[in-house]
Formats: sequence, structure tokens, C-alpha cells
Amino acid sequence: MANYTEENLAEELENQEYKFGFVTPIDSDTIPIGLSEDVIRLISNKKEEPLWLLEHRLHAYNVWKTMEEPNWAHVKYKKPDFQNIAYYSAPKQSKKYESWDDVDPEMKATMAKLGISMEEQQRLTGVAVDFVMDSVSVATSFKEKLGELGIIFCSFSEAVQNHPDLVRKYMGTVVPTSDNFYAALNNAVFTDGSFCYIPKGVRCPMELSTYFRINAGGTGQFERTLVVADEGSYVSYLEGCTAPQRDENQLHAAVVELIALDNAEIKYSTVQNWYPGDKNGLGGIFNFVTKRGICHTNSKISWTQVETGSAVTWKYPSCILKGDHSIGEFYSVAVTNNYQQADTGTKMIHLGKNTKSTIISKGISAGKSQNSYRGLVQIHKSAKNARNFSQCDSLLMSSECGAHTFPYIECKNSTAKIEHEATTSKIGEDQLFYCKQRGIGEEKAIGLIVNGYCKEVLNQLPMEFAVEAQKLLTISLEGSVG
Amino acid sequence: MITIKNLHASIDGKEILRGLNLTVNTGEVHAIMGPNGAGKSTLASVLAGRDAYEITAGEVIFEGTDLLSLSTEDRAREGLFLAFQYPVEIPGVSNVNFLRTAINEIRAYKGEESLSAKDFMSLVREKSALVELDSKLASRSVNEGFSGGEKKRNEIFQMAMLAPKLAILDETDSGLDIDALRIVANGVNQLKSPENAAIVITHYQRLLDYIVPDFVHVLYKGQIVKTGGKELALELEEKGYDWIKDAHPTV
Repeated sequence: MANYTEENLAEELENQEYKFGFVTPIDSDTIPIGLSEDVIRLISNKKEEPLWLLEHRLHAYNVWKTMEEPNWAHVKYKKPDFQNIAYYSAPKQSKKYESWDDVDPEMKATMAKLGISMEEQQRLTGVAVDFVMDSVSVATSFKEKLGELGIIFCSFSEAVQNHPDLVRKYMGTVVPTSDNFYAALNNAVFTDGSFCYIPKGVRCPMELSTYFRINAGGTGQFERTLVVADEGSYVSYLEGCTAPQRDENQLHAAVVELIALDNAEIKYSTVQNWYPGDKNGLGGIFNFVTKRGICHTNSKISWTQVETGSAVTWKYPSCILKGDHSIGEFYSVAVTNNYQQADTGTKMIHLGKNTKSTIISKGISAGKSQNSYRGLVQIHKSAKNARNFSQCDSLLMSSECGAHTFPYIECKNSTAKIEHEATTSKIGEDQLFYCKQRGIGEEKAIGLIVNGYCKEVLNQLPMEFAVEAQKLLTISLEGSVG
Repeated sequence: MITIKNLHASIDGKEILRGLNLTVNTGEVHAIMGPNGAGKSTLASVLAGRDAYEITAGEVIFEGTDLLSLSTEDRAREGLFLAFQYPVEIPGVSNVNFLRTAINEIRAYKGEESLSAKDFMSLVREKSALVELDSKLASRSVNEGFSGGEKKRNEIFQMAMLAPKLAILDETDSGLDIDALRIVANGVNQLKSPENAAIVITHYQRLLDYIVPDFVHVLYKGQIVKTGGKELALELEEKGYDWIKDAHPTV
């Protein structure tokens, strides 16, 4: 946090319209819009997938057809027309890149605009980046170094080709095909994503990082992420998202599965700043994501998210604490401004003995937005001495926004200990006045106060993400006090 | 330094300041005393630029500038500092980060370069010693979990860091024990120079044992009704405010 420079922030604030609102003119190889068994076969065929995966997709499609779009979330939006979406889009390049030098200069320019130039990332941070442009991975770095440790970090498609046994063994074990409407859809049509496997006893020496970007207009993106930490291993995984400005809504329905085997630890951090729509609520990304991890004995999964983007967010990174002594954590900052809607939270399912979970949720609502925390803490009969601590705070920046909390607690074991704290506050006039009296301008004062409010969560992020997240928070709330 | 002429201010339609006049020159310390509800804190808030107050008449010239036309932050950047009666807590924001932001905002306003981290930290060390502020407090969140005395010392520490032209101390002595009072007053005295000035708002005379004022003003019903030297404070201490009230029944 010491690296946080006010100068950078001021620069960012100059440009308060959505920063990453541009489209890269790359020819996309998009299949016709609509969804059918034929389309699924086409996707599977294009990706040269094994038969079992095609069958998996077709099964999911049939399950999905019987399901209805959920409407219990505290969000309102025009339901997507699923027959009006192109389900596959890949940059039109005939060959895969052999090296970084071969990558399309357009694409390099895009990454430079995103501020994540690979050269710089590689040189300065030692972060391995798996860059997903639309649906196909175009560059993967540090693979060799990771390979020496036996770590697999590649696109999901590559994993299907090169590590089919691992994929088949773990895919769908945390989020079943029939889990929910969007997960089922994802299972049928997912195009790519990331795969990560950390072998027994290996501590991944660098933060693994994936940047997603939705690029082609009208293309829904359905990523699939699978992270497997084998016994006694550790990995920190970063996911950051940006998307170009659009007038039509873009659907995003990802599935992320984490598996922490005995004594393993997975730290999964997300900074999400997808296009939230303009200030009148036009456009923006629909983000309907299923994220879930399973913890085996004595293992730990920690989700940290900073959500500032998307028009509509529907997202509950969860932990199934199956193994005894396992730990689940959820740290979240969700910011909504203008007409954004977010319904986000977590589920902590306690099955094992002495399992522990911590939930720290910080919601910030501004403009005319609606921000809901929805969480479930479920203590099963078998979960002797389970512990949960939840803290859900809401900060209101305007008088027209809404903050809602929907905590569910189900406890079937009398030895459990569950604590829930919640606060709602309006950004303090007194705090703002105090800052201004010291010579700090309003926008900077809001930035300070909000970042202070979110500190417990921001502290969980790796340094480079924390800095980015702080800037994002300030930019997202520009001009929002009222 | 500052000239206040015929200042009228109200809150929620109720007039609190009713034609207040006051001139403070550089190098001077003015004490403002008065009974509860006289408008002492309102004066501090109005000068600092708190939104809730409406200025209905009058003018304030601060270093040749129309103070009332400036935003709250610009008043601060021009060198006006208010030590709060009730310092505000800002959870999660370290004192150091808060002050560094403030100093660099003020410097930017004056067209100066930002202070380097090294220079800033040596300034922190120097100034925190002035008010005997534990250096640990500098890295804690702004005022969060501070005792009453620590909060007041922190105000004076901030004042020392920002080196204002005009400092307004709003009941800085309230809630302080005698040791803390001495430390705070000592800090204020050390910061005194021929180039700056201070307005010390207080209820009680005892602070003025430590911070010796050049002038003492009695504020009553929104006006300055009596002005004198240091001995006026002693007189007030002895006689209370009733004789003032009796002398100004119709103010």
C-alpha cells in the first residue's frame, strides 16, 4: 500500500469515462448466432475435443433446456435472448504463436492499453500471464519455469488436449452441470479458460495471473477455470477483467472450480472492472458467474474480490469445507454506481469437524445503484465445533442508492459458533469536512475514506492488485457523493 | 491576517452570528470566550467553511482574499487551519497517509513539488516530538481508538505538520487533563511566530495560563461584546458571564 501514489491516481481521475472502452480491430472467427446441438458439435469440433467432452456438453445442453433462468436475485434486467448470441469467437489466426514476438501487434497494443504489457509483467513482476482474448489463449508465459516444478498452467483447451485425465477427473466435481442455469449453459458452450495444477508439496513461486477480455461485439464469453492444488501445495491465483465499451449487453457466465486437496492452500483474487454501462444505465456486461471451491482435510481456500464493473453481477464465490480442520475465507468489496446492480456474497458449507470460515463483505453503493450481499452459512450435523465469523458492511454514497443484506444461517450442530456483524452507514459529512479542512479535495477525500473502509479486504490482495484496486475504487466513485 | 466584518450566519434558519467584527494581525493570539450557545464553535465552522451554515451578511478578508468565496479545501490550502473540538475518526486511513495527502495537495495548490517520502517522514518525527505524540499513533488510523487527549494532541501535530498562517483552536482544552493541556499548549506556543496568528476558542481561563493571549474577546449572542487583555479572562473566571449578560440584555 506504500506504493500507492496520489499522482497516479490524479492522472487516472483525469479520464473518468470507462478507461478500457475501446475495441481491438482483430478479425474474429465467429460462428453464427444461436444455440443448438449442431452449434455445440461445431464448437467441440473446432476445438478438436475428445468425445467424452462433447458428450458432456450435449448432456449439459439438455439439462439446461429443462431449466429456468433464476429470478431470486435482487436484480432487474432484460433477460438475454440465448438464440441471439454467438457462442464462439476466436481471433482469426491460422497458427498458434511460437513465441511472444509472433503475437499480433494489434493485440500487443491492446495489452499495452490495458497496462499489462507482457514484457513488463515478465520483467518486473515475475507474474506468468495467460491472456485470454475473446475465447482463445494467445500467449502463455513462464510455462517452462513452472514446468520444471511440475506446475501446469495453461488454457483450458490445451489442458483438454494435453492433460485430459486431470481435466476429466476434476471438472464438474465442485460445480455439477445441473448446479444452476448459467453453470449448465457454461458446461454446454464454454470455449476456453484456464487450467492450473500444482503437484504435491509444491509451493508455486509466483502469482499466477489471467486477464480476461471480452472483445467481439455480441459474443458471450463462457470461461471455464479449474484450479487443482494437490496435497500440501500452495498457489495464489489472480484474475483481472476489463472489457470494451458497448451499447448492447454482453453476457458472461463463467464457471470457476477450485480443488484444495489435503493440506493445500489456494488464494484466488479477482479485480473485476468490466464495462458497467454508461451513466444512464445503457449497455454493460451481465456477469453471472459460478465460483466454488472444495476444501479437503486441513486445507484452505481464500477468495478475495474487488468488484467495480458489470451492469449486473450475480456471483457467490463459495467454499465447501468438506475436510476436517479446513478453512474458507471470503473477502469482498463490491462497488456499484449509476444504474449498476450487484447481488453478490458467498456460501460457506461446513461439513468437516473444526472447520472455520470468515466472511468480510464491504458494499459501496452510489448513484442509483442497488448493492446486495447474499450469503449462506450452513453448518451440517457432521461439522462439530464449526466456526464462522461474518461481517457485512454497507456504505451509502448517495440518497438514491440501495444497500441490502440477505444473510442466511442454517445450523444443525449445537457445538457450532456463528457470529454475524452488519453495519450500514452513509459516507460521513464530518469525515469529508475534516479531510477538506486539511486541504484535501473532495474526490481525493472520498478515495481516502473509501479505501480506508475497504482496507481489510484490500490488504488481502497481492501488492500489484491492491494498487490497481485502490485506483479503481476511486475512479468508480468519481462524482458520486450526493 | 484576517478581518471579519459584520458577519451574520445562520443554521436551519436560526441566526447564530449576528454582526460579528474581529481583526487579527500577524503575530497575535486572540482568545474568544463566552457562555454556551454564544456562537463560538459556529464562528470556527463558518470560517473553515462547513456547508451547514448560511452566511446572510458580512465579509471575511483573509490575507487579502475574500475567504467566504473559497471552498473549504482552498481555505485550508491558503493557510487556515481548524483544530477540531471533536476530531473525526477515519477508519483504515493511516495518520501518515492522511497527512501526506494533505501536504501534497496543499503543495500542488501552491505549485510546489510533492514532498519526498524521506523528507515527509523526517518532518513527522520532528513534529510528533513537539506534542509528545507516540510515533505509533502516526501510523494508526486517523483518530481511531485514540483517547480524548491523543485526539487533541493529534490535532496540534497536524497543525505543526501543515504550518498554517492562521490556526483556529476550537475548545482544544475540553476533555484534557492538566498534563495533556500543558503538552498541547506547549505545542501551540512553539509554533507561534511573527508570521502566523491564532484564534483560541475556549470556555475556561485555564488554557490561557499556558497560551497567553494578546487579546481576549467575549462572544455573546453572536457578537463580540467585550474586548480586553489577558486580565479579562481572569475577570471572567472570577465573575462568570452573568455580568456580561446583564450588560447586554438586548443584543
